[in-house]
Amino acid sequence: MIKTEMLHFAYPTGDEVLKGIDLEIEDSEFVAIMGENGAGKTTLIKHFNGLNKPTKGRVLIDGVDTRKRSVASISRDVGLVFQNPDHQLFCETVKEEVSFSLKNFGYDEATIERRTNSILETLDLSEYCDSSPFTLSGGERKRVALASVLVWNPKHVVLDEPTIGQDYLQKDRLRNFILQLVSQRKTVIMVTHDVEFVAECKPRVLLLSRGNVVADGPAHKILSDDGLANQCSLIRPQMSSLMSSLKDLGLAQDVIDVYTARSCLLEAFRKVR
Amino acid sequence: MSRSALVLEMTPRLAAIDVNNLTFTYLGSQKPSVANVTFSINRGQFVVLTGPSGCGKTSVCRCLNGLIPHFYSGELHGDVVVCGLDIRQCPTSELSKKVGFVFQNPENQLFSLSVERDVAFGPENLGLSRAETRERVEWALQVTGISSLRHRAPYEVSGGQQQRAAIAAVLAMKPEVMVLDEPTSFLDPRSAAEILKVVHSLNRQMGITIVLVEHRLDLASQYADRIIIMDAGKVILDGKPSEVYNERARLIGVGIPRITFLAQLLQKEGMPFPTIPVTVEEASSLLRRSLGS
Amino acid sequence: MSIRMFEGFKFSKLPTPLHDMDPRAKFVLTIGIFAVALLFSNIYALSAVLLIQMPLVYMAKSTRRWMKSMKGGALLALLIFAMNFITGTSFTFLLSMTIRFLSIISSFSIFFMTTSPDDLGLALERMRIPYTLCFTFTTAVRLVPTMALDAQTVVDAQKSRGLELEKGNLLKRIRNYVPILIPLIVNAIRRSVELAEALESRAFGTTEKREPLVVLKMRLTDYLTVLTTIAFVVIAVYINLYVPLPTFDIPIRMPHIWPWMRWQP
Repeated sequence: MIKTEMLHFAYPTGDEVLKGIDLEIEDSEFVAIMGENGAGKTTLIKHFNGLNKPTKGRVLIDGVDTRKRSVASISRDVGLVFQNPDHQLFCETVKEEVSFSLKNFGYDEATIERRTNSILETLDLSEYCDSSPFTLSGGERKRVALASVLVWNPKHVVLDEPTIGQDYLQKDRLRNFILQLVSQRKTVIMVTHDVEFVAECKPRVLLLSRGNVVADGPAHKILSDDGLANQCSLIRPQMSSLMSSLKDLGLAQDVIDVYTARSCLLEAFRKVR
Repeated sequence: MSRSALVLEMTPRLAAIDVNNLTFTYLGSQKPSVANVTFSINRGQFVVLTGPSGCGKTSVCRCLNGLIPHFYSGELHGDVVVCGLDIRQCPTSELSKKVGFVFQNPENQLFSLSVERDVAFGPENLGLSRAETRERVEWALQVTGISSLRHRAPYEVSGGQQQRAAIAAVLAMKPEVMVLDEPTSFLDPRSAAEILKVVHSLNRQMGITIVLVEHRLDLASQYADRIIIMDAGKVILDGKPSEVYNERARLIGVGIPRITFLAQLLQKEGMPFPTIPVTVEEASSLLRRSLGS
Repeated sequence: MSIRMFEGFKFSKLPTPLHDMDPRAKFVLTIGIFAVALLFSNIYALSAVLLIQMPLVYMAKSTRRWMKSMKGGALLALLIFAMNFITGTSFTFLLSMTIRFLSIISSFSIFFMTTSPDDLGLALERMRIPYTLCFTFTTAVRLVPTMALDAQTVVDAQKSRGLELEKGNLLKRIRNYVPILIPLIVNAIRRSVELAEALESRAFGTTEKREPLVVLKMRLTDYLTVLTTIAFVVIAVYINLYVPLPTFDIPIRMPHIWPWMRWQP
């Protein structure tokens, strides 16, 4: 479980970014952390693997205070995938890049070989195994970065803005992959402001605004709330805006994805006919 | 601001952009990034260029202001004429007077320590007089709504404000065409919507031809006169949004607006849709007619 | 110590008289202090040169950051000090040199903390240095904090993959910096390419005859600063040549403590 108690964080310059956050994320939960730019989302998730230590309050990963463990040690359980893969790629081949973390964690050669090949296959990167990561396209580099974190099979996976710069097909593939991780009972936490993506994944949504959690609940409730959307610089999913505009026709108001909307509208249509 | 200041001097020609059989292969690459692309864009049109990653849309954009072939070397075949200027003959500095380019990352296109100086950068480079530069800076800041930010440093303002500054900086060069390459990538949804609104007003009120590369079609479709969809270097679809957002577009991997997809699904199930909506408002009124009897 | 020390050279916009001063006047001031620091060898005079700068730092509201550059400088000075002390140089002399060193660092620290790279570029332009060079300089300065941020992100990303920078022998620790340096360099190159594209697209380099929007104008305070600095230097030269200064000797020498340097005269 990932838990924060009265978490406050301020930069050395004095600005307080997180103002008393209390949250609990159970094992195997799927959570999206959303909010406007500057709300503190990235600052918050850096606490989950110990990169940031609270200035007040505490963060507990599986019951242990993050101040008591090193980043490397916590990272074995919490894999954080950064937004920009170019902040981490440095090896001559994709294979080396992916196995870097396993070497750091002290696994033996045989295990490294086995796990690396396995994750490369899972993420469709086997054909690039001997290529230089720098020659790959943006989307491929993002997959390499993801592979290099998942290779050590962390219990909790945290993704920082995984959909930025991705086209529709890549997002589709990403969504399927994330849902696969969820079905493998991993905790998956993603920071994103891609409302439609969240609408299709339907996780639990934590809304952050100016350093505080302002909403916490299932996606269909949070994303269809107009007031919250305004507060956090979000735009409601198109389905929600559509249903809202047809409120007077008695249609359900917490619909956020296309297929549910289709069912609702078809039902209403058949009643009218 | 006087009308004459607002209406840009434009050379009398209908087609602002003429691309003919354009093929380009980057130096060191085996395959062409753009393969036999032909299209024409008229003055004042708002065109959205989209397609899956790697389809060649950025390369096409680079041809429009001369970055290809002057900055990016490679094999160029075919012709590209923008505002009467042939990109092969004209250096980027000449082309930049007619074609402005706004990039994806706001951070790397703002160089100064104040927004005002960044907006002045282009006119200064063109060797304009201080008075002329001052006038253009004021105008550009006002049009993009950031006059109050003029003394702030670019890194102090939000991503959305930075992109507005980038647009103002390009606008100060008084271009006839503006090319924007995924300008909303790094922005949150609200800022993204605002930026597109600014771009739309530039198009409507100033007649600037817009070529917008975007993945966020749910936000951009309402402004587009025309959508060009590319895949693997070729133009696959070209037409009005309601015509182009079909099954084929979805298969290529274009993220058509959810509302359009919903309408298509409902249409398959027998609900009548005289036109295919691309915005929530359109869908809402169409559905109201079907359901509100 | 690390990156924090450089904060003493980073510009930040504050509404102080020192920030508003014309960069050319400030530069004259900095060079004046530098020259006087090199001129004197007397420990009292050098201390005075260092102390004179403190009110300037206070006026610039940059005391905390100035302390950082002083701390960094002091550390380096201590190293030089220790080396020289072991080889037998007089304690007083070393103390004087340390104070001189700190004075110089301090004067440049004040300059860079109160002068924006843009203004610096403008000053260079006025001095008829070609625009492309000025721009290169100011962009380099402007990119330093950006790259420092990049560096921090890279360190964070690699630490999250189990990289432990503090562990291991010296050789291992040096090798541990490869995963930091390579992404940094690659990012710097990527950034430069993007910058270059943007520059090309805004007609950079079209003409040397640029009329910048903002013009640097020397005001009364600036001229006064320049005159005061010149006067200061002249007085310093006079004192150095004609005024006998009290000396100060701490009789600690290496051979006294540890008489192994037999060849000392």
